[in-house]
Amino acid sequence: MRTILYLIRKEFIQIFRNKFLSRAIFGIPIVQMVILVPAVTFEIKNIELCVVDKDMSTESRQLISRLQGSEFFLLKHTTFSDKEADDMLHSDKCDLVLHIPQDFGRNLIREGNQKIMVLVNAINATSAQLAWAYMRGVLQDYNSELVVQNLHSTAPSRIPVIETTNRFWYNPSLNYKYYMLPGILVILVTAIGLLLAGLNVVREKEIGTIEQLNVTPIRKYQFITAKLIPFLIIGLIDLAFGLLIGKILFNIPFNGSIAILFLFASLYLIAALGLALFLSTLASTQQQYLFVVFFILMIFILMSGIFTPAESMPLWAQKFNLINPAAYFMRVIRMIMLKGSGFNDVLPDIRGIILIGIGTISLAIWRYRKTV
Amino acid sequence: MKRFIGFVKKEFMHIFRDFRTLIILFGIPAAQILIFGFAVRTDIKNAGIAVLDRSKDEISSGLISRLESSDFFILKQNLHSGNQIDSSFKAGDIKAVLIFEDDFGKRLLNEGSAHIEILADGSEPNVANLVTSYTRAIINDYMIEFNKARGSGAMVIEPEVKMYYNPNLQSQYMFVPGVITIILVLICALMTSVAITREKEFGTMEVLLVSPLKPIQIILGKVTPYFILSLIDVIVILFLSWLVFNIPIKGSLVLLMLESMLYILLGLSLGIMISTMSKTMQQAMFISLLGLMLPTIILSGFIFPVEYMPGIYKWLSLVIPPRWFITIVKDIMIKGTGFTFVWKETLILVFMTLVFITISTLKFKKRLE
Amino acid sequence: MTSEKVIEVRNLVKKFGSFVANDNLSFDVYRGEIFGFLGANGAGKTTALRILSGLSRPSSGDVKVAGYDIYRHAERVKKHIGYMCQKFSLYEDLTVAENIMLYGGIYGLPKKLIETKTTKLLESLDFTAYRKRIIGGLPLGMRQKLAFSVAILHDPDIVFLDEPTGGVDPITRRQFWEMIYKASANGITVFVTTHYMDEAEYCDRVSIMSEGRIVALDSPAGLKSKYQSRSVQDVFVKIARPSNNN
Repeated sequence: MRTILYLIRKEFIQIFRNKFLSRAIFGIPIVQMVILVPAVTFEIKNIELCVVDKDMSTESRQLISRLQGSEFFLLKHTTFSDKEADDMLHSDKCDLVLHIPQDFGRNLIREGNQKIMVLVNAINATSAQLAWAYMRGVLQDYNSELVVQNLHSTAPSRIPVIETTNRFWYNPSLNYKYYMLPGILVILVTAIGLLLAGLNVVREKEIGTIEQLNVTPIRKYQFITAKLIPFLIIGLIDLAFGLLIGKILFNIPFNGSIAILFLFASLYLIAALGLALFLSTLASTQQQYLFVVFFILMIFILMSGIFTPAESMPLWAQKFNLINPAAYFMRVIRMIMLKGSGFNDVLPDIRGIILIGIGTISLAIWRYRKTV
Repeated sequence: MKRFIGFVKKEFMHIFRDFRTLIILFGIPAAQILIFGFAVRTDIKNAGIAVLDRSKDEISSGLISRLESSDFFILKQNLHSGNQIDSSFKAGDIKAVLIFEDDFGKRLLNEGSAHIEILADGSEPNVANLVTSYTRAIINDYMIEFNKARGSGAMVIEPEVKMYYNPNLQSQYMFVPGVITIILVLICALMTSVAITREKEFGTMEVLLVSPLKPIQIILGKVTPYFILSLIDVIVILFLSWLVFNIPIKGSLVLLMLESMLYILLGLSLGIMISTMSKTMQQAMFISLLGLMLPTIILSGFIFPVEYMPGIYKWLSLVIPPRWFITIVKDIMIKGTGFTFVWKETLILVFMTLVFITISTLKFKKRLE
Repeated sequence: MTSEKVIEVRNLVKKFGSFVANDNLSFDVYRGEIFGFLGANGAGKTTALRILSGLSRPSSGDVKVAGYDIYRHAERVKKHIGYMCQKFSLYEDLTVAENIMLYGGIYGLPKKLIETKTTKLLESLDFTAYRKRIIGGLPLGMRQKLAFSVAILHDPDIVFLDEPTGGVDPITRRQFWEMIYKASANGITVFVTTHYMDEAEYCDRVSIMSEGRIVALDSPAGLKSKYQSRSVQDVFVKIARPSNNN
């Protein structure tokens, strides 16, 4: 036990004596939070719209002014020419083209329905879908307006209409920063766990100081614990830092219990660090380790649901996420911060991360040999 | 010249012997492509919803089963009171709660309008938006049918959509250019800078400098294997995307390869520059990862559209080489444009490469003194 | 030198794939003696030393160190031995005192004892002024002496030294051997590998290795008389085949 303390002391001395590293540990979260968070947004506003109006009726002009009035769209150009609109779309001068056909207004009133065509630049599938969703929303609102208008001018028969209102809970303004900051924090904490700790061990391997330890009566569990604890502490400090910055700079809400979050974060870090130690036994140089970890980190983060919903993924991906620790953390941190979920709500995830942690630590213990 | 070739050969062997790294270098783009292609979904599917049906009549039930039967939603809970809403959101499974007011059907038929409230979980803004939008669309469709069946004509605007360049809204169209860019940054900047810095840290750089090889030969020799490696990787990525996802290269393949080579040169010169600024491998890694990789992923426009970022970022992204390269690749691959379209961006890349080379040369000369 | 055996090796074989690094080694080391392992690079000295110190497992053969079987009780062996290797031994980014404190703690010495030992150690080497200096900034000779002192800090039965005096001037080497003598006089058995022939003369007994085998084992005087040579170097040249790895 005292041995562990001596070893931990050595780790901390080494980390903080390394000027570059000690500054990086605290500089990086700050930089990431400050620079990245405002950038990672899917919030789309002022979608550039080009309208081809071949009708020029009251109805078509009404529709256009509705679009103009919406905060989502920016009417860039109105034209008669299909080709002109197409060119604008092709050269990225607009994001969406709305085609209002001839006799739009008349057909609408006389026959009761009319099709219109929307062309979306869909290279970025996410923005395309959102733009389309907004467009549909505006059209539906306009549609209801027309119906109500007509209600007064036509015959007695009432046409039933379902009115919907919608509200967004926990994030009424749909502020993307609320969504992405926890995500970035997860990346941060994971990277510290996997990168820093693992590189540290591989470095000792490369230089050879690990042999000097292997020749002492030090026990495996002592070595592993002494490597885990410093980085666990650093990871948690960085998490706290990040949360603080989020609160101060971006006013991110924190509706749940900090204690539960840190409990989960500790379990998560232990699992991640166990993985790092296991991987470090597989790599012989720091560069190798870096690449292996980068590879795994990338897969874990992409699959975790950081910017696309994990539930929408195909079945095999969801099964994979059962062993993806980042997926658990991503869920939990958003649940706790934004919704104020409680202990019982995150209990299944806690159980999951404990299992993963047991798995990775066991792997690390199994692979780490003092005698080769 | 013979010495130089010998040196290059040695560097090659060095890299190819590191089997693990090699596998990863091809594994990373492969995995990315597969994940982006098969796993990442920008759409919603099987989103859990809950319903608070205060009326429980034919119409509300009909509507609810219509929602249930769509691919987008799974009805997970039937709530009995408003008090349950918070806890079902908190438990995490539910993305939206639909509240039908009481006497829903009666009000609809007798008073002409009835109300549904859609409460969406705003902690995932995209999902919230899409869930709301799809719900309203389904309700809308239902009403149109309902009214047609009853013979009452309602005025209906039916929008149809065509998703240009990416008809199936596949995320990989967006991501393949990004994947190429990332892997190139990884190989060219990160690996190169670490490889060169490694010699510095272990003292073997001095040995090289004293050898008959000229400094420029040393640098070129170190860098050539990575150039070739990068080219192979680009080809592998394009081939994989074509093979697995049928992602076309609408434009000229030759032009695409030439532009890639230019970008590789840029990456390499960046890697060299970083190595002149770092004393240890650790530093080189950090600078490459944080100074390059992260901005590449975030600010280049490959996942998050640049047009929608706050102003200052739009300016920042102008100096990030990946941003220009991604535009070039997208234009050539997906839109099928030719050189006349991308000459501006190409010029910018050339300019940046020259800047990096100049800085590296100056720093290197300084060091030799 | 007593007659108690602290190291017993019988038919030790170590193979790496098909390459036989140690080919049927058998020898004993007695308590308190300075036992040298001489040989060219690649002869198998370091391999054998790593096995004896519990870092590496033998392919076959019996090995007992400090009374313990290296197969079953490697960890117990480690309590009774010290180790110093030429490349690295102390943490370069820690100070002298911090290194001593660390290893003292790992070997279970109480804090007070570590303190007193540190002071004594530094005094005996005349390094008291360097107590708080970072190892990385010290010259090689100092580092080696410090590393040796740390290796015997916990009064082990045996200390293993792998080419400990590489790269320093002859005077420093001489001083280092003074330290080895002192340790031996205090009852610590010293097992040292080297390719410096003159250092072989300092040992109580020397074993000459060539291509994985022991080709001679005796005191320096014994070897010289047996092979009619004036120095161990001459003996070496006579009986050791040049290593194929050069």
